[in-house]
Amino acid sequence: MAEIVKKATRDGYGTALVKLGEQFDDFIVMDADLAEATKTGKFKAAFPDRFYDCGIAEQNMMSIAAGVAATGKKVFCSSFAMFAAGRAFEQIRNAIGYPHLHVVIGATHAGVSVGEDGATHQCCEDIALMRTIPGMTIINPADAVEAEKAVIAAYHHDGPVYMRFGRLAIPVIFPDDYQFEIGKGVELKSGTDVTIIATGLLVNEAMIAHDLLETEGISARIINMATIKPLDTEIVLRAAKETGAIVTAEEHSIVGGLGGAVSEYLSEVFPVPVMKIGVNDVYGTSGPADELLDKYRLRAVDLVLKAKAAIAMK
Amino acid sequence: MDSTTKKELERIAVKVRMGIIEGVHSAKAGHPGGSLSAADILTYLYFKEMKVDPSYPDKADRDRFVLSKGHAAPALYAVLAERGYFDPSELLTLRHTGAMLQGHPEMRHIPGVDMSAGSLGQGISAAVGMALSAKHFGSDYRVFTMLGDGECEEGQVWEAAMFAGNKKLDNLVAFVDFNNLQIDGTCDEVNSPAPLDEKFRAFGWEVLTIDGHDFDQIEQALNKAVAVNNKPVCIIAETVKGKGVSYMENACGWHGKAPGDADYEVAMTELRAAWQELN
Repeated sequence: MAEIVKKATRDGYGTALVKLGEQFDDFIVMDADLAEATKTGKFKAAFPDRFYDCGIAEQNMMSIAAGVAATGKKVFCSSFAMFAAGRAFEQIRNAIGYPHLHVVIGATHAGVSVGEDGATHQCCEDIALMRTIPGMTIINPADAVEAEKAVIAAYHHDGPVYMRFGRLAIPVIFPDDYQFEIGKGVELKSGTDVTIIATGLLVNEAMIAHDLLETEGISARIINMATIKPLDTEIVLRAAKETGAIVTAEEHSIVGGLGGAVSEYLSEVFPVPVMKIGVNDVYGTSGPADELLDKYRLRAVDLVLKAKAAIAMK
Repeated sequence: MDSTTKKELERIAVKVRMGIIEGVHSAKAGHPGGSLSAADILTYLYFKEMKVDPSYPDKADRDRFVLSKGHAAPALYAVLAERGYFDPSELLTLRHTGAMLQGHPEMRHIPGVDMSAGSLGQGISAAVGMALSAKHFGSDYRVFTMLGDGECEEGQVWEAAMFAGNKKLDNLVAFVDFNNLQIDGTCDEVNSPAPLDEKFRAFGWEVLTIDGHDFDQIEQALNKAVAVNNKPVCIIAETVKGKGVSYMENACGWHGKAPGDADYEVAMTELRAAWQELN
């Protein structure tokens, strides 16, 4: 078996910004005093004249980004998910979302895998918040390769994009020639008994769960749902019809995230059991990321149990 | 300023005030007080100062204006209509369901509106972003914005001021419509943002204080502003809330209330009289 390479999705973000910078000069990158951590620092090092640090003022940064975009220029802006989607929610909603401006928000350090910093910095609400903004595109890549491709796709997109990246180095699961398309879920494993729809670092856990379930004779379909909004309803509906039971998996609150999106959709068109793996409406806590993923039951073994429960409800 | 030009601006400003009253009356809602206090500055900006062309409202190198105190939208709309961006009859459907003119400025559908705004404290940041964009991408257009005095209680205003000062955005001019009234009372009573001149100066801005209803002073301030290098410019315009309609002047109650039919008639009679006087 090939050695597992681990890389944080935020690294893919930084790498993509540099690649875009080499190719295009019609955009700027902004940060709120976290360039090193968010990896916009890579862009800053390569193109110092095209990088603007707004300091510790995320709300101002979002509205400035809106102003830049209103002049017809592209802009990326970054902070931690908590301070981007959380603190600056209303700026994103009113200044970026409402006028449908092409601002790409690179929000890093999402979820409990932030680790030791604890609950104040572990944002498990950002997908829910961003989903309520009409016209917002939300992308939560599963590995650094997908992150890099998604950032390039976001540059070529039009309208507001919220990109969710993690701090933790996680297994690289996609090959370099992986093709990413905004709004398209990808079936990674076929299956007939149950479908696990996963996003972000839960995709790798879902792949492990697939193999564990297989040893028990259960055929699980695995879907990587990097784009949470707009939801790929076609692939979700097909999974519901063909497997009859769904498990969603995300490093986010079970309220309002991918699980919410899938449930909201299926409840109106083709109700089947939808069970959710996520942070169970609680705050995070300090600790090493890997221990927290165990503590909050965001592992393949947890997915296996949920998958069986979902099948039992059919 | 020669007397003919001044008289012409005064004439336009009266029409703008009529447009404000007509719009707000028709909407049965809106913010007449802060619109009337802003009317003269907006008139000067759109008729004398800004390089804009109503025939090409989206021209890339146009000067931009962001109404950070977005609730004064009736004033902006009345000026834009008067300047020819859209038919003045639109003012009569302000805030109506399905109409173009939204309660607060909306950039996607209203010709001439450069930025959607209305949530206080955010418009100035967007204006800073536009000024930054001009500097970064090598365009020579200028950016104007207008804040309310009460709006300066929003922390984001000072985040924006700090950034603009540090980045030496001398292509940015921010007016503060200083009428000293906000919804819950006078600014002094509520949570005074004063002294605004010292604050903006401390944030690296050039600061000028004028009478915001005196076209000579507005012109002189803007002529000074264009010559300032390496600093954004703040023009604190002392104004009268409700200016031009006697019973609304300096009356806190007319911040966010539309005149009924009787009050509307009184206001329009006064404005028609002012119009007569200028003709």
